[in-house]
Order: sequence, then C-alpha cells, then structure tokens
Amino acid sequence: MTTITTPDTGHGGHHEGSYLTPNKGGVFATIIQWATTIDHKKIGMMYLFAVLGMFMLGGVAALMVRAELWEPTRTIVDSAGEVAVTGQLFKGGETAAENYLTYNRIFTMHGAVMVFLVIVPGAPATLGNFLLPLMLGAKDVAFPRLNLLSWYIYLLGAAFAVLALLNTGADTGWTFYTPYSSSHAGNTYGNIVMMTTAAFILGFSSILTGLNFIVTIHKLRCPGMGWFDMPLFVWAMYATSIIQVLATPVIGITLLLLIFERVFHVGIFDPAMGGDPVLFQHFFWFYSHPVVYVMILPGMGIATELIAVHCRKPIFGYRAIAFASLGIAAVSFLVWGHHMFASMGELASAVFSALTFFVAIPTAVKVFNWIATLYKGSIALNTPMLYALSFLFLFSIGGLTGLPLATLATDLHLHDSYFVVAHFHYVMMGGTIIAFVGGVHHWWPKMTGKMYTEWVGIVGCLLVFVGFNVTFFTQFFLGIQGMPRRYASYVDEFQLLHQISTVGAFALGLGFFIQLGNFIHSLIAGRKAPPNPWGGLTLEWYIESPPTEHNFHKEPILTHGPYDYEDVYPPHCDPADFPLPDPKPGGAKAH
Amino acid sequence: MSTIDTSTKAGAPGEPGWKRYKFANHFRNAEDEFDACKLGFWLFLATEVLLFSGLFCAYAMFRMKYPEAFAAGSHHLDVKYGGINTLVLLLSSFTVAMSIRCAQLNNQKWLRINLIITILCAFLFFFIKLAFEYIPKWSQGIRPGILYSNPFAGHPQEPTWWSVYYGATGIHALHVLIGAALLIWCLVRSFRSNQYGPTHYTMLENAGLYWHLVDVIWIFLFPLLYLIH
Repeated sequence: MTTITTPDTGHGGHHEGSYLTPNKGGVFATIIQWATTIDHKKIGMMYLFAVLGMFMLGGVAALMVRAELWEPTRTIVDSAGEVAVTGQLFKGGETAAENYLTYNRIFTMHGAVMVFLVIVPGAPATLGNFLLPLMLGAKDVAFPRLNLLSWYIYLLGAAFAVLALLNTGADTGWTFYTPYSSSHAGNTYGNIVMMTTAAFILGFSSILTGLNFIVTIHKLRCPGMGWFDMPLFVWAMYATSIIQVLATPVIGITLLLLIFERVFHVGIFDPAMGGDPVLFQHFFWFYSHPVVYVMILPGMGIATELIAVHCRKPIFGYRAIAFASLGIAAVSFLVWGHHMFASMGELASAVFSALTFFVAIPTAVKVFNWIATLYKGSIALNTPMLYALSFLFLFSIGGLTGLPLATLATDLHLHDSYFVVAHFHYVMMGGTIIAFVGGVHHWWPKMTGKMYTEWVGIVGCLLVFVGFNVTFFTQFFLGIQGMPRRYASYVDEFQLLHQISTVGAFALGLGFFIQLGNFIHSLIAGRKAPPNPWGGLTLEWYIESPPTEHNFHKEPILTHGPYDYEDVYPPHCDPADFPLPDPKPGGAKAH
Repeated sequence: MSTIDTSTKAGAPGEPGWKRYKFANHFRNAEDEFDACKLGFWLFLATEVLLFSGLFCAYAMFRMKYPEAFAAGSHHLDVKYGGINTLVLLLSSFTVAMSIRCAQLNNQKWLRINLIITILCAFLFFFIKLAFEYIPKWSQGIRPGILYSNPFAGHPQEPTWWSVYYGATGIHALHVLIGAALLIWCLVRSFRSNQYGPTHYTMLENAGLYWHLVDVIWIFLFPLLYLIH
C-alpha cells in the first residue's frame, strides 16, 4: 500500500497537534483538559470508554445468568429425609426462593445496564459524537457545552445505576413493570427508586444529545452539502435523534410518576390503590418501543457505511435508505401496543398487529439495498466488512422472527418465552452491538491513529458470530418448546439446549475479549494509521488520523457525493492505494 | 450554550454588550448561531410538551375511570384564584413579548420595565397558588396519595384526583420558578452590560419562548382542573 500524503500540507499553513496530544502541564492538567473539554471528539472518546466499561459489566452479568442456567434447580430428598437443593449457582439466601431473587437481580442488572447504559447511548454518543461533525465538515456540534453537560448527566445516571446495583440491586427486570415496581413489600424499596431515577437522568442525557445532533445536521453542513449529499450514517443519526427527542420525555414523566407513586403512595399505577398497571405499560412502551429503533437505526447507519466503503461501490438506492430511516422513525411511534396484546381488546390488538407489520417495509427496503450494493462489488473481507455481513445475517433473522411475534395467533404461544429473548437479542445484539463493534473497528484508525491487527480482528469476529448463533439460535427452539423467560430454573428436558446456549455465550464472551485485547494492543504497539486506510470518500477520511483539535484546516467545500467512488478514483484502481483529492471546487465532479 | 458571553468586563458606555457579542467560532455567522439556538430551543420545548402530555394522558384516563371522584375533587377548587392566575400569566406573556420587541428596537429602559413586570407576575402567580390554594388545602388534609387525611372525601378515589392535581400543578409551578429564574438572569445581564439589542438577543428570545410555554400549559390545565366538573 502506498503512503498517503497528509492533506494538510499545502494549504494549512500552521501545524497543530492531534486532539489526543496530552497537555504540556502533565498528567493532572491533561485530566482537567479532558474533563472540561467541549471538543466533540474527546467527549465521544470518553463516552466510548464508559460505554465499553458498562458493556463489560452487563456482559459479565449475562455470563452469570447463563452460568446459573447450566443446571436446573433440583430438590432432592434422600432416604434419611435430608433435603438437598442442587443446581443453584447463586447462594447466600436461606431458601431456594431467596437464591432465585439473586438471579432476578442479576438479569435485571444485565438488562438495565445493556439497554440504558450501553445500547441507547452507545452508537449515537460515541461514534455519533465523534463522526457527525467530521462527516458534515463542521468544527464541532452546534452546542458544544451542552454536549459536555450531556456527558456529565450520563455519568450521574450511571453512578445512580451502579449505586443501586451495589446496594443489592432491583429485581423487577429492566422494564420496571407495575405493580411489582410500585408495591411496597420486598426489600428493594430504595433501589427501585434509585434505578428509575438513573433511567430518568439518562433520558435527559439522551434528549440533549439528540437535540444537539438535529441542530448540527440542520445548521452546520459544510458548503456544497445538501440534504442528499450527507453520508447515510448522518441520515440514520438524524432519524435516531428525532426519536430520542420525541419519545424520551414520555419515559421521563412515567418514571417521575412511578417515583411519586413509591414515595407518596399515590394510586396511579398500583391497582391496590385504584391505579392502573396497564397505563404504566402504555407509557413505558410508548417510549421504549421507539427507543428500540434508537438502538437499531445507528446500527443500520454504520452498516451502510461499512458496506459501501468496503465493497467500493456507490450505495444502491441512497434516497430509499435515507427515507427508510425516517419511515422507521415514524412507524416506531405507532406500534407500542404490541407489547400488551394480552391486556388490550381484540380490536386494538389487531390494529397494533397490523401496524407492527408496517415496520417490516422500510426495514426490508434497507436490507435489499445493502444486498444490491454488495452485488458485483469489490468486497474486502476485513474485520469491519465481516462485522457488516454478520450484521446483515443476524439482523435479518432478528427481523424475520419478529413477524410471528407480531401475529396475534402465534404470539399467543410465543410471548414471554425464550423465542422473544432470542428475537430481541438477534436485533439488539446481532444488529446494534455487532454493527457498533464493526464501526469501532472501521473508525478506530481515525479515532486513535493506530491500526489494529487484522487477523486477530477476523478471528475475534468469527468467534463472536459463531458464539452468538450458538447462544441465541438455540433459544428459538427453547422458546417454541415452551421455556418461559426470566426463570432461574426449568424442567429437565430443556437442560441440553440450555447448556449449548451457555457454551455459546462463553465463546461469545471470549470473542469480545479478543477484540478488546486487539484494541489495547493497537494502542500500545499498533502501526500508525494513514489518513484514509479504507479508501472512504466521506469527509472524515480527508483529515489526519487522529484529527487535529479543529478537525479541518479550513472549511471544506463538498464537491462529490459520499459514495461517488467511480467519479473520484481512476478505473481499476484500489481506492486504498489512491490519495484523495482535496475537497475543494474542481477537485472532483459535483454530485 | 453558545450565547453565553465569556468576556468579563462590563459594557463600557457607548459600547453595549449586544454590540460586543461575538458568535461562537464553529458557526459561520451570528445569524446561523441565532437560528441554531432557536431551533434547539424549539426542540427542547417539544420535549417539555411531551413531558406534560404524559400527565394529560393520566388525567384523561383517571377521569374516564373515576368521573365522580374527579367531579367531587374539582368542586374544591376555586375558579376565582385559577382565573386570576390565568390573567396574571396572560399579562406576563404579553410583557415578555414586549421586552423582546424592545430589544429589537434597542429600547433598553422599556426592555427592563417589561421584564420586571413579567418577573413580578411570575411571583404573583406562585404566591396566589401557594397562599390561597396549596397551603389551605394541605392544612385541611387535602393532600396527594396516602397523605390525604380529609374526613369529608366525596368519593373513595378522591385522593387520586388530588394526586393528579398536585402532580400537574406542582410540575407546572416548578416550571414557573425555572422560567422566573431565567428571566431574572436576563434582567441581571441587561442591567450589567446591556446584553440585548437589535443584533443579539438570543437568550432573551429563548427565555421568552420558555415563558410562553409555561403560559400555554396553564391555559390547558386551568379548564381541565377548574372549569370542568
């Protein structure tokens, strides 16, 4: 691969250090510099490390859940009349039932941490923060100080959540369903208030990030960049931000009412006091279902970029993908009722079932466009591309298994079973997390200025892919056979499938640890990254790796679309070997 | 946000703060910054409306479920105080709009007078709410949820009505105080350095928008709580 000249020579004039250059005042000054920074890149990096830390916490909880399920709980009475309980990993309680409580707390911890602290803030706050201004050719997001504030709000929310978890934790599941979460019995009184407060605070962080991104996209696009010249990742972030801004306040008031209810014993959700628990579910899912798309839309955006760049082909159906993002955002607000098929009337259920099928249309538009882009592309099977392909495969399974859950007749059999667990893990983890990790690989050279080791990345990715499928495909069978979700024990017939699933989970965990080791190794001993290792055409690849404090040395002017590979590169040339022209008028054909 | 003036020196005579204002360097010009701040603020207002929409939903649901309790509860509310408070808020909305107009015309004196009237209205609203409604009711045992101890409840579910009442008006009153704090901040900056003038009044405009929101929410709360029985 030929060396690519750094594009700052010639028109920059002055040389500045990268944004990662430590402060000259020493370690302490550097820490202060990072803690008070309003630079979107630093804030994005701080989010990245926080999110990865939380991912590890949630992941360990998941492995603990899988370990407990290795064996069902068996109560054995021997000939002498002695009662022995076997198969319980979590001990410490007096009885088997108390040990089950520990299991409940751990799966709640896994769910709450993964949803509120990892997946929802994950892609927008990390990659979004880092890349959005770069892709738009801007110096920063519209409100840099607000951005820093949202980071500290995230930290505060995380602190509340971790404190609640250390203080024995909540056992309601991440959805905090009433009356379980509002009843006053039980020993988790303060923790549920603390956990809901944490979710409430994290919601504000999410709102502020979304608001910031919408304004940034509207107001800070560089000259020459119309709405349809934006990279599709930006379109995905736009749709995500709209949902964040419009859905999150509803969970805010819901959790506030729940806290109000717990503190003042107000009868809003608790039926014992004249409240309505289904109202809570309506409120909760009016937020949480759109937020499912806050989770997946950034993943789709990342996958779009990875596929386009790594098969060196203009994306097929640019506008269709862009509008599909907005379509998903719009439909997302109309389907919350499918979480409550059992507690609504027949007509309402049928309407929500029909509306839910609509989600499949924009989603399928995207999937077909990605496949059409791959067709006859010059595909580089490197780590980011393997993750993108895994995403396509896993997300398609996740999406298609949503259909039997949206169908009233089949849902009657499948709801609240492991089929649901497998379905949403295929979407949330197979979709979002896989795309996110792929994106972190793709932009790692840009963010850190270091290349990771390719073959280790590939091994890690394959292990993740295989481990994931072994873990969760098995759970489809468990669910169809009738294994209900959220139970610490089960009948003996399910043991083999549970054990296969647990083995897969540990393989998955190992895969992620390999990736982590690869990242740490690249930071210490990685090869220096060129500005554009993949031959991408979006604006972040025009600047140094890692970027300077001010991103661009002068305001860029967009002269070609984000995927116009054929216009910019000579024919039969590997884009990775070809230095990019300057983004200025006359540099390339206008889009 | 980017409208915050980072310079420390007060406006010298002949060089008011609004003239000295420099827009943040990641914007192309002051107009872009103004538009961006306003767009951001409108989005924020949308989140506020959605926050209250949850309360309105709860109101609608419980009204459908316990109409008698809601009728019994709302008879305790005095339309007189609610009506006066509505007028107070309407007046303050007018004066805050006028103060923005004065900023555009560089009429610094009336800008401040209008702001002061607005702030006084905010506190008058809060005072009426507290002295004539919250405190007397609370001392009669008319309280939310389990704290309710009035022996003359007209309906077993009346505490639910009072929960909705205290929840909705309480969160609204909190917004009144936040709005007043924002306006006081604007007033201080106006006195200190003539911060708002024809070319720069972002902060004042946004504080005014917030104040209108507080007003609009009350316009919906007033009939729902006081007028419908």
